[in-house]
Amino acid sequence: MPDLGKYAEAVLSAWGISIFLVLALVGLSWRQSVVARRQLEAAEARAAKRGKSDDA
Amino acid sequence: MTKMERTKQSRDAWNWLWEWANPVKFMHLTGKALPWVVGLTLVTLIPGLIWGFFFTPEADKFGSSVKIIYVHVPSAMMAINAWAMMLVASLIWLVRRHHVGALAAKAAAPVGVVFTVIALLTGAIWGQPMWGTWWAWDPRLTSFLILFLFYLGYMALWAAIDDPDTAADLTSVLAIVGSVFAVLSRYAVNFWNQGLHQGASLSLDAEENVADVYWQPLVLTLVGIVALFVALVFIRTRTQLRRRRLHALELRERMADA
Amino acid sequence: MIALLVRDLRLAVRAGGGFGLGLAFFLIVTVLVPFAVGPEGETLARIAPGILWVGALLACLLSLDRIFQLDFEDGSLDLLATAPLPMEGAVVVKALAHWLTTGLPLTLAAPVFGILMNMQAPGHWWIFVTLLIGTPALSMIGAFGAALTVGLKRGGLLLSLLVLPLYVPTLIFGAEAATRGGAGMAVTTPILMLAGITAGVVAFLPFAAAAAIRINIR
Repeated sequence: MPDLGKYAEAVLSAWGISIFLVLALVGLSWRQSVVARRQLEAAEARAAKRGKSDDA
Repeated sequence: MTKMERTKQSRDAWNWLWEWANPVKFMHLTGKALPWVVGLTLVTLIPGLIWGFFFTPEADKFGSSVKIIYVHVPSAMMAINAWAMMLVASLIWLVRRHHVGALAAKAAAPVGVVFTVIALLTGAIWGQPMWGTWWAWDPRLTSFLILFLFYLGYMALWAAIDDPDTAADLTSVLAIVGSVFAVLSRYAVNFWNQGLHQGASLSLDAEENVADVYWQPLVLTLVGIVALFVALVFIRTRTQLRRRRLHALELRERMADA
Repeated sequence: MIALLVRDLRLAVRAGGGFGLGLAFFLIVTVLVPFAVGPEGETLARIAPGILWVGALLACLLSLDRIFQLDFEDGSLDLLATAPLPMEGAVVVKALAHWLTTGLPLTLAAPVFGILMNMQAPGHWWIFVTLLIGTPALSMIGAFGAALTVGLKRGGLLLSLLVLPLYVPTLIFGAEAATRGGAGMAVTTPILMLAGITAGVVAFLPFAAAAAIRINIR
């Protein structure tokens, strides 16, 4: 840990806020991506099943 | 079949192709590229930040507060570049009607907002000890605040319109008009502050007098943030495309049930 | 074209709302400011051009959603789309009608309201001139915002959010010119910039607004 002197508060809060916001954005994007992928896979599976039963 | 009918039919076939080929191709390509982009982000952004935080000396005038530039400058750069990218993507949508364009613009907006907020907040935190104030109506600060408002309006318009194609069209028009006004505001704000203060007494021009010790890790973080932006836009656009496809499938299901 | 203008003006006057309401709002803002900042004449005189500009801008904002909303609801916008008059022309006429019923009265009232703000002699003239040059831009930008949000049920708040950032350059140059003029300084640059913005906006934004309307009534 470097000695930040009298600007320690400023530097740490700036870095903290930045890293928090970026991580929140990454986390949110990732979560939305996973949810969308799962839902789409389920819907594709349903569609495939429906297609098969229609053929029969 | 007359010639006209035939050309019309072939054009319809092409429409179908444009409609599907590009999102599919996009999913395929980004699926392959994504690990590389994420990898590039990790090997540039994280070392750059660690370098900047732990292994840079204090500056004469700024003390350790100089370390804030490693989060401030990259996010400020991307806040503007994200808008530029949204403008280009919007134009692609309006001219070529590629859905990927509209959805990529939609996907990039929240990323741009977060970078704008980071730039504003870290700037304020830096300004407090350096200038003795959290906020000054410096042209650059003011322009970023206005940019933030443009992002908000753009996202609000996306959220307000139900039909996806209408929303894509209208937000694209807004992005184009907004870009012109954003540039105009930048000049207006420059003029306005000069008019009041007779030359800026406060300047954020850190780059101009940044020595190599600070510059090298900064370059690393700049590359890293671009990679991060690309990765995020890829991920978010893929989410949008999947949602669109999901929506289409659900509609088809409902129609089949009815 | 003239028929459309006359029709719009008649509607605005008959409906009563837009015409008087904007002015009343402008007056109330001007009256409220001294209550908030105190009655000292010097302070008021210093901020008068800015307050009058912001007041006029907000009053202008009030009636924006009416530009296309009624026509959209009763279907006359669809008729306009098929009419021989191009949509760009219709947009210009509607913005002009909005300006005549809102911008122009505000411009005429501002120097009078300036008295309430303890404005000094050349200031009245300059607030009049700058508003006269600037308010057409406000109406035209507002028409663009209204065109974007015309299909929405509750577009009013969104309209403000979209339009206000677009008003920034006009406001900056307008208020700056009015302030400088009132203080007896050179006003050429801000006035030229203001006029340039108005000219550019009136020349180009009708195309964007017409495109937005066509998308909305598709």
